[in-house]
Amino acid sequence: MRPVLRFFLALLLIAGLAPLETMGEGQWPTPPAEGKPPPQISGPLSGGTGDHTKYEALKQPFATGPDVTKACLSCHTETGKHFMKNIHWTWEYRNPDTGQLLGKKHLINNFCTNARGNEGMCAQCHAGYGWKDESFDFSDETNIDCLVCHDTTGTYYKTPNSKGSPACSVMFEGKPPMDFTLIAQSVGLPERANCGACHFNGGGGDNVKHGDLSSALKNPPRELDVHMDAKGLNFACTACHVTKSHVWAGSRYRVAATDDKGTGKPGQRRDVATCESCHGTAPHKVDSLASFKRNDHISSIACQTCHIPEFARGGVATITNWDWRTAGKTRNGEGYHEHGYTQGNGEHRYTYKSIKGDFTYGENLVPLYRWFNGQMHYTTIDTKFDITKPVAINDFTGSREDGDSRIWPFKKMTTWMPADLGNGTLVYTHLWGEDSDSYWGNYDMGKAIAHGMKEFGLPYSGEHGFVETFSYWPITHMVAPKEDALSCEDCHSKQGRLDGVAGIYIPGRDNNRWLDLIGIIAVVGTLVFILGHALIRIVAPNRGKH
Amino acid sequence: MAIRRVRIFSLFERFWHWSQMLLIMTLMFSGFGLHGFHHLLDFKQAVDLHTLAAFLLLLLWAFSIFWLFTTRNWRHFIPTVKGMWQVLRFYSFGIFQGEHHPYRKAYWRKHNPLQALAYLMLKIVLFPLIWISGLVYLFYFLWRDIPHATQVLDGVALVHTGAAFTIVVFVMIHVYMLTTGHSFKEHVMPMINGFDEVDLTPEEEAYLLKDQPEVLG
Ligand code: HEM
Repeated sequence: MRPVLRFFLALLLIAGLAPLETMGEGQWPTPPAEGKPPPQISGPLSGGTGDHTKYEALKQPFATGPDVTKACLSCHTETGKHFMKNIHWTWEYRNPDTGQLLGKKHLINNFCTNARGNEGMCAQCHAGYGWKDESFDFSDETNIDCLVCHDTTGTYYKTPNSKGSPACSVMFEGKPPMDFTLIAQSVGLPERANCGACHFNGGGGDNVKHGDLSSALKNPPRELDVHMDAKGLNFACTACHVTKSHVWAGSRYRVAATDDKGTGKPGQRRDVATCESCHGTAPHKVDSLASFKRNDHISSIACQTCHIPEFARGGVATITNWDWRTAGKTRNGEGYHEHGYTQGNGEHRYTYKSIKGDFTYGENLVPLYRWFNGQMHYTTIDTKFDITKPVAINDFTGSREDGDSRIWPFKKMTTWMPADLGNGTLVYTHLWGEDSDSYWGNYDMGKAIAHGMKEFGLPYSGEHGFVETFSYWPITHMVAPKEDALSCEDCHSKQGRLDGVAGIYIPGRDNNRWLDLIGIIAVVGTLVFILGHALIRIVAPNRGKH
Repeated sequence: MAIRRVRIFSLFERFWHWSQMLLIMTLMFSGFGLHGFHHLLDFKQAVDLHTLAAFLLLLLWAFSIFWLFTTRNWRHFIPTVKGMWQVLRFYSFGIFQGEHHPYRKAYWRKHNPLQALAYLMLKIVLFPLIWISGLVYLFYFLWRDIPHATQVLDGVALVHTGAAFTIVVFVMIHVYMLTTGHSFKEHVMPMINGFDEVDLTPEEEAYLLKDQPEVLG
């Protein structure tokens, strides 16, 4: 009952405190820190007890990345075993609730379609060395790439694990050699740029996939993200994605849509990256009726819904529509691309690429809002579906009634993508390779699909075409400062943000049409009756008397 | 029987009436604002105002109930059919003929039977309906996990809004009634200065003269 008591107190304070509240808001934004920005905050691990420039094992020339890894493992003896359990290494995840086998190794998405069979290219973002085909040894610790996450010099880079078509491989030539010794001696906790090297570029480019993960977060201002604000809190990704033995909290394959445990006991929670795990389950200071109500709303509404009013902010666009049907056009026998979109930070983006088709970009986008219980159902390579209707690559479940759902913001992605029309399935497309079947270089979709399916022994009818697909990406980054959060009115109004959310009566949005009709008739009727009554009194005889 | 100017509304009653009026107007304005009928307030302002006014009104009601029962004034609201017919007949017929209102205020009966019944209904039906549904509505998040909570919420909003419409109708008729009979001003003045013409029995008159002379004007 305590919140109720506090509510009554708050109520008494509403009137009195209102001016104070606005004064407090005047203190924002946080004044900029002076001089060199402090190191990023990496959660409980920050600090460290060793200096890597002093370790003998690192005072040697290294020819390759795996040589550095061997040196790392010579001191961090258990890390290899820990690391091999995490998804950055396995690229595989079995959802315990649905039993579906997920992970980048298996899934098809509606961006660059499938990594499977294209590892030569796509496994640049595998935290390992040399995965180009099925022969990759997942049990060899020296294949782990420590540097991609722990480099702090910004000079470490990766190139595709196989050459690919000659037309493509030229793109990766002529990069400066790396000074592995310097890089190895400079290792530190991962910064936003480390994680971002892959996670900001999902879907094949800056912010293409998620919409809330872009290069703008490397050095964001407060308006873009209060937590990562380079001059303020300066959180690294791991400040929230807390780590235990190289396993990170916060999974997109198993979202914690509701968190009623909150902060837990001090130092206890390392299993989730929810807002509540730091902010608790009553995060708004109860100094007004509105704050009391906001705290209430936590059981129905994800924090992200109000606190991330738009995604793809900060000047970097995201792709919202992709059309593979137009891919494969060439000029003089060669692939080409077209600029067609200039994003907020002034950079140009391709709106057409022969290797991928047409794209539509968007910035500062209002999310889609839906009940979400954290559970996604994927259309995997073996899922049969009705090709005449749009298919959801990852459909989510949730409703007001299930007890686990809250209203979440999503980016909705729409793509026309290759499929097996005969069997009604998605396909593995062979995009990257040195052979004459790879789409990137040869532009023959039929051959590329036949190759991709055959390589993994999958049935293919031979009849390829395109299907319309959707995918849904929960929005959780780019948390805006509190003064930019949504106001009550944004949802509590007709045609408001929650217009499409079913299963709940929202005051201000909903009304009982019959009641309103009857009510209005009653009021107007009364008025008419009164006017009539008055009129008769006026025109009736003897009106002078009374 | 003598008609005398008597203070029929105590200071508390007048305070009660006018602050209740202000609060109900505020509640109507903010309530129908957050319902979406007008946009003179944004939703947050409307809810703040509505909730604050609602709590003040509940406080006022708590005091008034205490007052009614400690002063025995509740007896004014006991329903009766005596004289009801005449009053009904007056409003639907006699009033157009220039007849006098058939009811004379008595010291222990300051409302006519129709009024008494209407106010009683307001007090025991409409007001409880609106404040109980309002409180249940306000604390939705305390019971949101009971089975069928969303349907219950639908119903609560329905009852609350329905009661609100009914109160609007009541207020309209109530205000219109003030224009009947005597002049508007004569109807309103008693609620401002407390005094009205009342038919006193000789016993009442004698008693008041002796024990409460300040009540007689
Ligand atoms: C003690 C009395 C009252 C309480 C506790 C109360 C409480 C509430 C609450 C909690 C809401 C919902 C606001 C929200 O969305 O947060 C509401 C809505 C509303 N109230 Fe009241 N209220 C009271 C009296 C009144 C009165 C006297 C009127 C009008 C004569 C009124 C008219 C309305 C209307 C029209 C709505 C909108 C309903 C809807 O859209 O669903 N209320 N009230």
